[in-house]
Amino acid sequence: MKLTLVTGLTGLILLATIIELLRRRQLREKYGMLWLGVLVIVIPLSLFPRLLDNVAELLGVASGVSLVLFLGIVFLLLVCVHLSWEVSALEEETRTLAEDFALLRAQIEADKAARDELVSTDG
Amino acid sequence: MVNGKRTLIIIPALNESGSIADVVGEVRGELPGVDVLVVDDGSTDRTAAVAAAAGARVAKLPYNLGVGGAMRLGYRYARDHDYDVAIQVDADGQHDPRYVPKLVDMLEDNDLIIGARFAGEGDYSVRGPRRWAMVMLSAVLSRVARTKLTDTTSGFRAANRRVIEMFASWYPAEYLGDTVETLVHTARRGYRIRQVPVAMRKRMAGTPSHSPAKAMIYLGRAFAVLTLALIRR
Repeated sequence: MKLTLVTGLTGLILLATIIELLRRRQLREKYGMLWLGVLVIVIPLSLFPRLLDNVAELLGVASGVSLVLFLGIVFLLLVCVHLSWEVSALEEETRTLAEDFALLRAQIEADKAARDELVSTDG
Repeated sequence: MVNGKRTLIIIPALNESGSIADVVGEVRGELPGVDVLVVDDGSTDRTAAVAAAAGARVAKLPYNLGVGGAMRLGYRYARDHDYDVAIQVDADGQHDPRYVPKLVDMLEDNDLIIGARFAGEGDYSVRGPRRWAMVMLSAVLSRVARTKLTDTTSGFRAANRRVIEMFASWYPAEYLGDTVETLVHTARRGYRIRQVPVAMRKRMAGTPSHSPAKAMIYLGRAFAVLTLALIRR
């Protein structure tokens, strides 16, 4: 009973954290929804850990808890890969921005040099 | 202008304030009428200011992107300003600008020319894992490009309009991607690549690394980059 209390409370605190982050717009919706979806599955499991025992038996896994552990690790790995992918995309975007910025700065310098030359030949 | 072609010399530079003025000065002295663009790849020293004072156009990146990032910026500049030929030259002074007209000549029948260090002219040698990496790269890339390439990581290259257009929109920023992967990509799209033997000089400033551990890492990375480039489309 104690254990159920601990796992259940952990799940609820996580849920509250995600909702609060979404409410303050600290988390983009696409990530927030992902974690909310995860919690919708995790909270019932934290309250009733034996829920997956039947599925576990079907797959040849000794207990439902082991199955949850295994699926959890696979899921976290996928999340990490996804984040690396997002970071790669972001780096490509910032790279393009940096290039645009450098090109614009070069153009401004060139214009300024041309103007200065015009002024010095006029005056 | 080199042989009637609007030519841009692109020099990617990272903290090269010691040599950049001499390199820019020499290029402008040897090749009057070409434009020089120094791409300052986020230097923390006065590279950009020194290059501008020496008469180069300067594009200063806000932070370090690596040679590949600096070069795509250079090719974008070349495309936007309508150059016929873009030539990449290292900022350390090891490339002799007197070879530039030769490279531009070769572009008549080819799309990308590489100034190669081991092709008979001048003396330049490496040993150990670095040498194995170079042998592996040239063997594989020569096959892919259907031409003899002995110095695939050379930073002395000339590109015509078609290749400038391609590089302006696609140029990897990863380590070795700027040399190895661009060659695979260019060859696979049917562009003609050729190499020209050039003599290399000692660097004007800075020192090359000689650590064996670094050389082994280099070999590993070269192998990984090459394999990835070959299985990419």
